[in-house]
Amino acid sequence: MTPGFVLRRIGFYVLICAITLFFAVPMLWIASAPFDSSPGLGVHWPDWTLENFRKTLEHPYAMHSMVNSLLICVTTAVAVTLFAALASYALSRVRIPGRDALLYGLLLLSSVVTGTAAMVPIFVMMFQLGLIDSRFGVALVMTGGLLPAAIFILKDFVDAVPKSYEESARVFGASTGQILRDVVLPVARPGLATIMVWAFVNSWGNFLVPFLLLRSIDKQPGAVLMQTLTDEGGSVNLQVLPVFSLLFSIPVVVLYLLVNSRYGFRFHGGIKS
Amino acid sequence: MASPSAPVEGVAPARGRGPARDVAGLGVGRAFGFVAPAFLLIGAFLIFPALWTIYIGITNYRLTGVEAVSPSVVGLSNYTKALNDALFHNALWLTLVFVLGSAIIGQNILGFTLAWIMRRTRPAVRRTVEAFVLLAWILPSTVVAYLWVAFYDRDGGTLNSLLGTQGTAWLIDYPMACLVVFNTWRGTAFSMMLYSSALQAVPPSQLESARMFGASGWQTLRDVVFPHIRGHVLTNTLLISLWTANDFSPFLLTKGGPNHESETVPVYIYNVALQGGELGYSSAISFLLLIANLLVSLVYLRLLRRRS
Amino acid sequence: MAGIDIEGLATVYPNGVRAVDGLDLHVADGEFFALLGPSGCGKTTLLRTIAGLEPATEGTVRIDAADVTRTEPGKRGVAMVFQDYALFPHMNVSENITYPLKVRRVAMATRTATAERTAGELSLQGLLERKPAQLSGGQQQRVALARAIASQGKVLLLDEPLSNLDARLRLEARTFLKKLQRDLGITTVFVTHDQAEALALADRIAVMESGKLRQLGSPREVFARPANTFVANFIGSTPMNLLPGTVAAATGEVGAVSVAGGSLPATTVSVPADAEVTVGIRPEYLTVASGDVTGPALRGVVVVAENLGTQSLVTVDCDGTLVGVTVPEETEPSPGTAVVLTAPASRVLLYDRDSGELLARQPTPVAS
Repeated sequence: MTPGFVLRRIGFYVLICAITLFFAVPMLWIASAPFDSSPGLGVHWPDWTLENFRKTLEHPYAMHSMVNSLLICVTTAVAVTLFAALASYALSRVRIPGRDALLYGLLLLSSVVTGTAAMVPIFVMMFQLGLIDSRFGVALVMTGGLLPAAIFILKDFVDAVPKSYEESARVFGASTGQILRDVVLPVARPGLATIMVWAFVNSWGNFLVPFLLLRSIDKQPGAVLMQTLTDEGGSVNLQVLPVFSLLFSIPVVVLYLLVNSRYGFRFHGGIKS
Repeated sequence: MASPSAPVEGVAPARGRGPARDVAGLGVGRAFGFVAPAFLLIGAFLIFPALWTIYIGITNYRLTGVEAVSPSVVGLSNYTKALNDALFHNALWLTLVFVLGSAIIGQNILGFTLAWIMRRTRPAVRRTVEAFVLLAWILPSTVVAYLWVAFYDRDGGTLNSLLGTQGTAWLIDYPMACLVVFNTWRGTAFSMMLYSSALQAVPPSQLESARMFGASGWQTLRDVVFPHIRGHVLTNTLLISLWTANDFSPFLLTKGGPNHESETVPVYIYNVALQGGELGYSSAISFLLLIANLLVSLVYLRLLRRRS
Repeated sequence: MAGIDIEGLATVYPNGVRAVDGLDLHVADGEFFALLGPSGCGKTTLLRTIAGLEPATEGTVRIDAADVTRTEPGKRGVAMVFQDYALFPHMNVSENITYPLKVRRVAMATRTATAERTAGELSLQGLLERKPAQLSGGQQQRVALARAIASQGKVLLLDEPLSNLDARLRLEARTFLKKLQRDLGITTVFVTHDQAEALALADRIAVMESGKLRQLGSPREVFARPANTFVANFIGSTPMNLLPGTVAAATGEVGAVSVAGGSLPATTVSVPADAEVTVGIRPEYLTVASGDVTGPALRGVVVVAENLGTQSLVTVDCDGTLVGVTVPEETEPSPGTAVVLTAPASRVLLYDRDSGELLARQPTPVAS
């Protein structure tokens, strides 16, 4: 081992440590503050207590907002999965006239029409439809926003399923309904599960749409309530906010780990969280 | 070339269109039925709003007041207003800084560095580092924003305790720098993953032959690795720039303040539309953002097509 | 059991490619019939058109005398085994085998009985609870066959049935398949690009090229008397010698052709003298003469000898033309040796130089 080699190794590990610290340090707070009897904004070794959890559970809106989040996100995830599954199957298997143009348009849409670029017209439209302050309205807007990317990911998945599955069922006399139920649905299940989790995680973290469309605090999902609580400030919230952040993050991390372990994390280039 | 043979005596000629061409016997009619619900939703909540911005953008529509009830068409005056609006210029400049600093430089370089040095580290080290980087990416944006608000806090913030600079209000004194660091932290995971998979596509034999010629690490990167991943660098840069330019999380950290010092275009649109109530004017700016997105996306899709 | 009648059949893809181009074919009841050709010749499309998976553009398909040209695949009474077997990955072997019955709402008890009986016939006992992913390639193939048989179709269609097996297993499966077809007596059409497979399995072979039929006949006919140079090139594990030649003056029944600086005997009854032809002779039908030769023969020098196992392929340079000849093992002449090649007139085939079609109504070699 030359000194140069040793030096390079040391430099290499210093670099890795520095990068890891950069990513880890801001996160430490969420690991310590929820269990600290006098939580502050800085990171320090906690004086262990579960008092903050009790406070959070008693908070008038905290748990309620979780239910709102769940309501909105389950609706969105189910709608996205259902409609994307139907559309992607048809687009993958049937030569619909204008299919290629349709797909190209979808791909373009999914990146061009972002939430920020369309927030004003969406707000105005929902306002005129009387869907402001409606959780259903929020789910609808999120579904529309997630569908293009979802159709794209699922179509890739269906394209990879051999057509001979359906063909053989068809030769054996299965009707279209039977083919879809007995063959296509079970074979596509991993893809559907992935897309459902993807849609759920996305809508769970979405702040802009519910922030724009919901007014009453009792309808706000967790993402918006956190902002509301931050704005209020005060010492009560320093007990509630860390715990709430932790609880609110758990579903996302758990679902991510689940999909990762069951189906392996498939990297979809171009499709972000 | 044979013509259809005449029907044989006693066997009636078959009629109808015959079996459907697709594998499940769905047929074009039902296929349209399958596609319709998704496209209705996309049309209503994505395409229609995008087109409607054009119309709202040429009116003086407001959230409240007379113009809320009966807006009138004002032609291109919203766009001429934008040309002379110092705050809009400010927002454009800040967005440029944000994209350049956090995406094109920050995420790109940090993501590539991570992908490059993680190639041959021990799996345990690799997994740990990647876990933190990925966690920063998958945590909900409000949680992440709050983490950084706490991190930067003037009084008890971790940054001040680490640096011993108690009392420095980072988000007020250096808001754009804070946002750039924050977004680099937030989004590096994507670049890391993209570059990791790109680096795997570099033939090991070429790396090995470069080593046999005695090329240095830097020479290997420049002459062997980079030519292979050039397309990926471009793709990655375009995508993360697009996302960063449309990112709303600066609002969660600074709300554009203090005094418009961190008001990027998305935050500016929100503030003009919902704080200021000028829906017409904000629509005009939204439309400009849509056009910018469209241009970047078209370049991106061209690249994708050429590669496939 | 039933025959298949195809008349004037054409299958045109939306992009205008005529994958099957005006075909007439009759497959007899109980026959084991091969569709053979290089990839892209339309053989798979023809099979899929018979199954109803591709719509026929022109012509008719009749199965058991009933016109099924416009009938749904499931109502044609065909059973099919796909190249990748298409076993449903989420169903176990038993469910896979009985899926065709489930579709027809056959009672559970009957289905179970069928699964057990069919599995017995195809030696799949003890595997009924396994998922396809837990089976070997050969087992998967037999499950796919079992499923096709359980569906009780009138005709059985096999798409490249042996191509997904490794070489050693392929021979075993080939024997198994031939015996199974004999036992069941079901009309079977299979697609293959492997001429050896077609020769070994089929009662009759249809050789296709560009959507058209190039020859229809028994394996013996197709091997011994290819109807044109395309088939001559395609059939046989060692390529047939196709050499430019000229017909010599006919003297009685057996004439001769000048070829490669020498001559070979040939039946030239209907071919005019001095006609320019392509002479086809299989390496297996040429012999290295020992001793003096008086009749027509080729003279040349051995260039190289390749060992093929029980025989060797010897390449001989005859006046600048390379001619292949097979000799039994351990009798290969060493390179540089001068040799004389002879062949029986019945094995020397004459093809039109331009069209590549077989000339002369030579008597068919006696099938011994």
